[in-house]
Amino acid sequence: MATLLGRFRNNSSSNIEESTGDKIFIFFNTIFLLIILAIVLYPLIYVLSASFSEPTAVTAGRVKLLPVDFTVSGYEKVFEHPRIMTGFANSFFYTVVGSIVNVFMTMIAAYPLSRNDLPGRKILIAFFFFPMIFQGGLIPFFLVVRDLGLLNTRWALIIPVAISVWNLMIAISFLRSSIPEALLEAAQMDGCSDFRYFISIVLPLSKPIIAVLFLFYAVWHWNQYFLALIFLNSEDLLPVQLVMRDILVNNELDLSMLTDIQSQAAQMMMKEQLKFTVIVVASLPVMIIYPLVQRYFVTGITLGAVKG
Amino acid sequence: MQTIQQSQSQPAPRWQLPQAIRQNQLLINMARRWQLYVFLILPLAYIIIFHYVPMVGAQIAFRDFVPTQGVWGSEWVGLENFNRFFDSYMFERLILNTVTLGLYSLFASFPIPIILALSLNQVGNQFFKKTVQMMTYAPYFISTVVMVGLILQFLNPRFGVLGQFLAETTGNNTSLLSQPDLFQSIFVWSGVWQYTGFATIIYLAALTTIDPSLHEAATVDGANRLQRIRHIDIPGLLPVTTMLFILNLGNFINIGFEKVLLLQNPVNLRTSEILNTYVYKIGLASPTLDFSYATAIGLYRGVIALILVVLANWAIKKLGQEGLW
Repeated sequence: MATLLGRFRNNSSSNIEESTGDKIFIFFNTIFLLIILAIVLYPLIYVLSASFSEPTAVTAGRVKLLPVDFTVSGYEKVFEHPRIMTGFANSFFYTVVGSIVNVFMTMIAAYPLSRNDLPGRKILIAFFFFPMIFQGGLIPFFLVVRDLGLLNTRWALIIPVAISVWNLMIAISFLRSSIPEALLEAAQMDGCSDFRYFISIVLPLSKPIIAVLFLFYAVWHWNQYFLALIFLNSEDLLPVQLVMRDILVNNELDLSMLTDIQSQAAQMMMKEQLKFTVIVVASLPVMIIYPLVQRYFVTGITLGAVKG
Repeated sequence: MQTIQQSQSQPAPRWQLPQAIRQNQLLINMARRWQLYVFLILPLAYIIIFHYVPMVGAQIAFRDFVPTQGVWGSEWVGLENFNRFFDSYMFERLILNTVTLGLYSLFASFPIPIILALSLNQVGNQFFKKTVQMMTYAPYFISTVVMVGLILQFLNPRFGVLGQFLAETTGNNTSLLSQPDLFQSIFVWSGVWQYTGFATIIYLAALTTIDPSLHEAATVDGANRLQRIRHIDIPGLLPVTTMLFILNLGNFINIGFEKVLLLQNPVNLRTSEILNTYVYKIGLASPTLDFSYATAIGLYRGVIALILVVLANWAIKKLGQEGLW
């Protein structure tokens, strides 16, 4: 333990020997962070372990940290379950198509709104951002979507949420802070049009912000259930989150096509264990891309704090 | 071409021009930048249709909305829907639940990210620091449905890690979510678990803007780490902390109602029903859909939220900081 803590000791810039008080402080600080880490990680590890354990072990409460009676039968069942698989396919569609629409719409809005020489910029900005602080409410929003004939179509999860005003703000603030005004002046001097400036100069310089936007929007689409709840009712359109809601929250999981187990008790145990497996499978895509784009993610948050 | 560009970029001084020509100048500038407006056509259409049309549609709160007659054709009933809400037995309960849940959430979740940021900032080992950061952000990416699923599994009195422990120590076998008095704590502290790491990012960023020479000078003067936190880091975080606190105070009524909705069950409704979940139920999930009544409740909530944000912005400006607008 002592050597482990020693590795976490401060070795930063200062070459002044740490005082005894500071050493004690660093010790307790490290302990504190390790406790936080344990609190954050324990539920995640537990879920992962339960998803690889026998149903009987899970429902008896025998899983504490590591898998008990290791098995992958839960995963086999999840991947054979038609509702869950349809849900995955649908969520994949909503996430990919939705995010592409989102990023496109956000960038074409952010570009003109970031330009100081746009006549009426202030008014337009206010027009775009007022909905951030006041909305008509859930019912009028629902009525608009209904009147447009979008109810129970795939587009209901894409078009009504084409731009997040919050992400638009991040994009504007990026464009204003990262693309030098001198570039615009030089381009205009050479007779470059506003279309071309966007395509040849702004877009190539916007790769980081496009990554941030894509990440934010994709995670939102993947994790979103409420729009599907109010806009969709065909079983074959439902995203995985809504299927999971039935399984995890409403306890509705039809196992009849997967198993011939008739006993109520055995079915119940399998259901409880499968919940953990479903949680892992549904969270996996986001958890896999997250470490890869983490750097961009932090950039995005800090950009959001500096307003445009 | 060159000369045209130059003459355009140097318009004649405005004070010499009469009004009509000055307005013309705006039109000329707009015409010159027409391509920028082309970019805005689709986004503007989106904002108008999905944000401003609903604002206009919210007038059904003052009407007796009949779908066949549409928003404008339905009978005008004034404040009837609002009065019905104020007189309803749900009114006090909804306000109380919304306000207590919002404030509880705000006060419980606000200080912890600051402490975590101060603590992380003291870590010299970059690998350890990055690991803790990355792990604590991770729960932010868990979906609401999965989060509620996790809560239900952990609190299950028979096999849930936490539920089992509490059932054994208290001898009370009822599910924790079936105890109305515990609902708010379950909602708030699971939120703390999920969002603390995320909220830390902004404070860590603010800490990096503190001038390192302050720390060096303090170290030379013999200040220990705790003293430097107290006299350099905390004062350095104060502006962003004040700003975020006021912003959150102006926002406290906008509770993550999608999570509340999933955590609700018939037994805990006494404390778990809030304005937003009630609007959803009245308007979209009850056998007799009452669009007008639900819109009135939603509008009432929306106006309060607007007033709170305006007050918050005013307060931030009073403090000499840059507000939201």
